[in-house]
Amino acid sequence: MFVCHCGINIGGVVNVPEVVKYAITLPNVVYSEENLYTCSSEGLSKIKEGIEKHNLNRVIVASCTPRTHEPLFRATCEEAGVNKYLFEMANIRDQCSWAHMHEPKEATEKAKDLVRMAVAKARLLKPQEEPEIEVAPSALIIGGGISGMTAGLCLAGQGFKVYLVEKEPELGGMLRHLHKLYPTMVDASEGLNKIVEAVKQNKSIEVWTSTVIKQVKGFIGNFDVSVQRETEEPANFRVGTIIVATGADVFEPVGMYGYEKYDNVIIQLQLEQLLKDGQLKKPERVVMIQCTGAREEKERTYCSRICCMTALKNALLIKELHPETDIYILFRDLQTYGKEYEEWHRMAQDRGVKFIKYALEKPPEVVTGHNGRLTVDVYHALLGEQVQIESDLVVLSTPLVQHEDARELSQMLKVPLGPDGFFFEAHVKLRPIDFATDGIYVCGTAHSPKDTAESVSQALGVASRAAIPMAVKRLRTEAITSMVDEGLCSGCGTCVSICPYGAIQKDEKGVARVTAVVCKGCGTCAASCPEKAITMRHFTDEQVIAQALAALGRAFA
Amino acid sequence: MTFEPRIVGFLCNWCSYAGADLAGVSRISYPTNIRIIRLMCSGRVDPVFVLETLANGADGVMVMGCHPADCHYVEGNLQAERKIKMLKKLIARTGLEPERLRLEWVSASEGGRFAELVKDFTDQIKALGPSSLAGEKPDPNILEDLLAAKAAAGDFRLRVLVGREKGMIDDGNVYGEEISQEELDKVMDEAIAAEYIRNKIYFMVRKEPLSVKELSKRLGLNPQTVLRHIVVMRRRGMVTVDRVEGTTPTYAALEVGR
Repeated sequence: MFVCHCGINIGGVVNVPEVVKYAITLPNVVYSEENLYTCSSEGLSKIKEGIEKHNLNRVIVASCTPRTHEPLFRATCEEAGVNKYLFEMANIRDQCSWAHMHEPKEATEKAKDLVRMAVAKARLLKPQEEPEIEVAPSALIIGGGISGMTAGLCLAGQGFKVYLVEKEPELGGMLRHLHKLYPTMVDASEGLNKIVEAVKQNKSIEVWTSTVIKQVKGFIGNFDVSVQRETEEPANFRVGTIIVATGADVFEPVGMYGYEKYDNVIIQLQLEQLLKDGQLKKPERVVMIQCTGAREEKERTYCSRICCMTALKNALLIKELHPETDIYILFRDLQTYGKEYEEWHRMAQDRGVKFIKYALEKPPEVVTGHNGRLTVDVYHALLGEQVQIESDLVVLSTPLVQHEDARELSQMLKVPLGPDGFFFEAHVKLRPIDFATDGIYVCGTAHSPKDTAESVSQALGVASRAAIPMAVKRLRTEAITSMVDEGLCSGCGTCVSICPYGAIQKDEKGVARVTAVVCKGCGTCAASCPEKAITMRHFTDEQVIAQALAALGRAFA
Repeated sequence: MTFEPRIVGFLCNWCSYAGADLAGVSRISYPTNIRIIRLMCSGRVDPVFVLETLANGADGVMVMGCHPADCHYVEGNLQAERKIKMLKKLIARTGLEPERLRLEWVSASEGGRFAELVKDFTDQIKALGPSSLAGEKPDPNILEDLLAAKAAAGDFRLRVLVGREKGMIDDGNVYGEEISQEELDKVMDEAIAAEYIRNKIYFMVRKEPLSVKELSKRLGLNPQTVLRHIVVMRRRGMVTVDRVEGTTPTYAALEVGR
């Protein structure tokens, strides 16, 4: 037992010497000491010394949170020859001294309880082995848009085999429909064609167009993928990693602002197409309505990030073609984020684009005027009155939304969609392009609305993430997994249906079997097994109940 | 001396435990009563853990997990929610107050919310007073209720129902028929009532063999209901006929088959 003062962070509130003295009275505790900082190199060498001198086979550090420091102490135990799963922590700082600074006596009592709970668990800990698996040096990329192709080229450049699967007959994704790209105003097709050519020329990339994913089985390093091209026989291949780069759809604002009712109410994507084909007849007055179907109170609550810039870009392109055309942009908040884009806002103002702010509660209305023209009726917040704008073209800026078939893919891959429908990363800050499921990554607009440059950055990011396990070739996986006692299992299948990762399947004997490398260790199966045939390693029933008994001051030994 | 409740918290590693850490990092104070057990997911909370903890005298049990749709393990938290819902109904049948159990969602960024919830729950338990099972002399009747509840929660039927609940609502039953939450709740309520009584009977006849008449008197149930339970229990190997007095059989508990 190593009780940490953490300088004054713990020692200033909790009576550490008292906790040290108390610890030695607990069952199986043979040694107890205090450290100024257990995580310092001195503190760590004290742990190693203690292990050697007292022949310790369980180590407890009472200090901060295992969420930050468990890996460090585990590594120290391992260096001293103690299996790292025989280590336990008592969180007497974050959940004790810091939260109870003004109650030193109660904090000390709580620290003792936490130490007792840690002892109760540590006595029952078992050493664990982390299974080692081989990683196939190949990747499946789902989606042949700019993100998928960029990631594919990057991985192929590192010597990995890439299977690039695209459901459409052609590569290119959303970029095929765009006209010019901000901020450089190059033709979307120009950059795209180069990349498509590079992908097609690359011998390490197998391109599968008009192809859908039928089935994915397995786990990091060993995914078995089945794909089908139109009416052909399904093809199978094994890959080490999977990248989701399925992109997004543009929201169709059916029933909003006269869309589909009036021919001259269109969305930005249609405007792009008109500009691209040179088909835009000179309009006298254009009104763009921002946040159409976005940043709403429910359903699409999010900001689609690209629409402000898209509207500015297209407004400037129209101005370039037809300087006399009047352009109004009706917005709720104009978000020209980043170092380049604010300038675009000023540029549009300089060229005479007019901006009117409207409120969510008082959205504009589009009605027919005379001669087939439209009237946009909007409450001008600054003037404090309704303003009518006669216009011959209304362009709605609609958000990117998830594809309808994404749910199917999410279930097939066992990776989540967020409440907004986009694929949901493992951690918004620390693991922004990984899924919680090892070996599966996400990039581009499948993850959230973003522009081409951002999609490319993310694609390069996932390629380097996916390259790590493939370059290492072998990897160790989580030891905190569940296991089934075959003798107790009745084959009811409850665990099979509950496991969110498909880690449990019934074998040929009808008995549940856990694929350890797929198991993420949540333990829901063990908590649900009707026969109590499942043991959750490192969080066993006995260990958890011993902790609870210790917390209540009951005998746990 | 004022009553200081003993509260045990079962917290998931990713959201609520991190939220508790953040409360500390932010130096937000909250009552010292809670003792936290870290699990990887709130879905790991076996109903038996909660009942064991209450049976051993906890004044309150808090289960905390990630907010819906934020679960690190996709939907372990929703499984936890179903278990707690079942548990509250089960505890309501014992002599213990179901308010002693509470489920809350706390994200890793909600240190303040964590502290508020702990304070609120601690105050609630203080107002409720000590558990009848706390201290050196727990109420033997309520303790027996809890043991029966624990046995019911550890048995096949309730566990299958809770475990399959989500699947049945999403995909229908094995016959492909759609099932509504209301229908399932009804089945669950009946199962909880039946399994609890059966285990009550089990613990009663384990102490001394009893007749249906005697059991129905003690349980305040009509003899036919008790007999139906006995029939099921015999089939499951929970009880056997001990002896027949006149024409009245008495039943005894079997250790085997449990």
